[in-house]
Amino acid sequence: MTTATLNGSNSAEGADVISEPQGRRPLRSAPWKDTAFEWLTRFFAFLVFSLLAAILVSLAIGSQLTLEKYGFSFLWSSDWNPVTEQFGALVPIFGTIVTSIIAMLIGVPVSFGIALFLTELSPPWLKRPLGTAIELLAAIPSIIYGMWGLFVFVPIFQTSIQPRIIDSLGAIPLFGGLFAGPPLGIGMLTAGVILSIMVIPFITAVMRDVFELVPPLLKESAYGLGATTWEVVWRVVLPYTKVGVIGGIMLGLGRALGETMAVTFVIGNAHRLAASLMAPGNSIASALANEFTEAVGDVYFSALYELGLILFLITTIVLGLSKLLLMRLAKGEGAQT
Amino acid sequence: MSDAVNSAAAAAGGGANPIDPANPLYRSRRRLNFILLAVSALALAFGLFWLVWILGVLLYEGGTALARASLYYQMTPPPGGDGGLANAIAGSFVMVSMGTLIGTPVGILAGTYLAEFGRNGWLAGATRFLNDVLLSAPSIVMGLFVYSVYVAQVGHFSAWAGSISLGLLVIPVVVRTTDDMLKLVPNTLREAAVALGCPAWKMVTGVTYRAARTGILTGILLAVARISGETAPLLFTALNNQFWTTDLNAPMSNLPVVIFQFAMSPYEDWHRLAWGGAALITIAVLLLNILARALFRKSD
Repeated sequence: MTTATLNGSNSAEGADVISEPQGRRPLRSAPWKDTAFEWLTRFFAFLVFSLLAAILVSLAIGSQLTLEKYGFSFLWSSDWNPVTEQFGALVPIFGTIVTSIIAMLIGVPVSFGIALFLTELSPPWLKRPLGTAIELLAAIPSIIYGMWGLFVFVPIFQTSIQPRIIDSLGAIPLFGGLFAGPPLGIGMLTAGVILSIMVIPFITAVMRDVFELVPPLLKESAYGLGATTWEVVWRVVLPYTKVGVIGGIMLGLGRALGETMAVTFVIGNAHRLAASLMAPGNSIASALANEFTEAVGDVYFSALYELGLILFLITTIVLGLSKLLLMRLAKGEGAQT
Repeated sequence: MSDAVNSAAAAAGGGANPIDPANPLYRSRRRLNFILLAVSALALAFGLFWLVWILGVLLYEGGTALARASLYYQMTPPPGGDGGLANAIAGSFVMVSMGTLIGTPVGILAGTYLAEFGRNGWLAGATRFLNDVLLSAPSIVMGLFVYSVYVAQVGHFSAWAGSISLGLLVIPVVVRTTDDMLKLVPNTLREAAVALGCPAWKMVTGVTYRAARTGILTGILLAVARISGETAPLLFTALNNQFWTTDLNAPMSNLPVVIFQFAMSPYEDWHRLAWGGAALITIAVLLLNILARALFRKSD
């Protein structure tokens, strides 16, 4: 049926082709439609291309006041006083980085373990359901993590886990300061733990994909020499996919840095610099979520815009690096086949 | 064969048979292998544990709220009162629909350029790269952006602003899937169409779109699932509204922001409604995800 219609329409076009050499009608009846369509798609591609720059510019314009007023000292000042209009980004930056580091410390080994299980150990019929289940962790909206964290995780963490950590790790000299203080339930450690659950699906997905890229021949050679599964993963798979694995970790880091709602619920929103991970803190994203709609005065707004600008710059760099690394792996893969 | 293995390993293992169960080196390697593989199984259990815990709590806490019919037809109550989430559900539905309507055409057309026209040109390469960065960029920054270019200019919060910021989050997801799915369409199909005298625009809209239809639809569904639960960009754009409204130029209630506000409040009634809303959103998002996966698998 399809061929019949194609033939039918084609016989009409055929006349065009024949008449073309006489220069009366062009080969294709309406070339402007092609050009218009191509330019339409090019326009939208350009729109997407310029979106990132547009965001950067708009944030920079919004934060003009504080950029001029404080310059770079905004980055390391820990003041945050809306009444006297003294602002500095140190506390939120610190909180963002600390919670993301905690998330990475927990999330990366766990993701590696899951990816290892899914690629090397899982029976084939279990691969898809287990992989899907882990990916569903990424589908749960972040506000759900926040709510569950505040109402369910925080009380349990406060009564049964934090006191034990404080008693055991808090007693270690030097290092113990990180775990000192009262068990409040909320705080940077709690935020980091919840973030770690949220980044696991992203890192796992990348690791699983890059592990699958390893040529079976390489792995089989190692097995043939008597290597155990762990030795194959550690000495063959991991070195081969190193770049991609780092790319996946950076992707998770980018996600963790910008995560808003889950952190807002449990970090405590205190503009205070504390050495202890148990203490409440603040992150850039949660400062924005909490304060932006309630901000009064141009300087306050400008300071919040500048926080947004800093967050966007950091995540863009981290995510850009991640993408570059993953592209490098993909390119290397192309060269070897 | 086994001789070759033995001699190769003998060089490394100091003479003893490397896979002899009595060889201590081999035994310790096996033990390490067993321990680490068990740890990897534990890591998987760790991941699944949170999923089951979170979903279990949601169903347990939200189940009773979901079973009450008033949740679906009453408005969000003032503190201490009884009510439902009707205006928030409707608001979410309106804004997610509008966001999808705004973001999808842009995403599909931009993705079409990447896969059909730009291919490996500088604009296509750079757009692909920046689009992937936007895909994971913090959604709260999108809210800030829309606030500064729209809300601050017109001077009030509105459902339009909320829809635009959701639309901006739809774009990268749709661009990525459209690009990927169109690239999967075999070139022979395109060549066949062109050889029949088909102009390029007709070839794309009539042949390659049709071939990649399910894949593109999967991308749209995933994008809808993503924006249904987004809270951060709506905080500064749609804000919230205690009452029913169909005016897109006014602040509009929506589930995520209501959940945020109610959960952070000290009132028991509000907490119950927040759990109900949370369960509703999660069920919707998970269903969309599973539907998208099923669709994608069918197209494979």
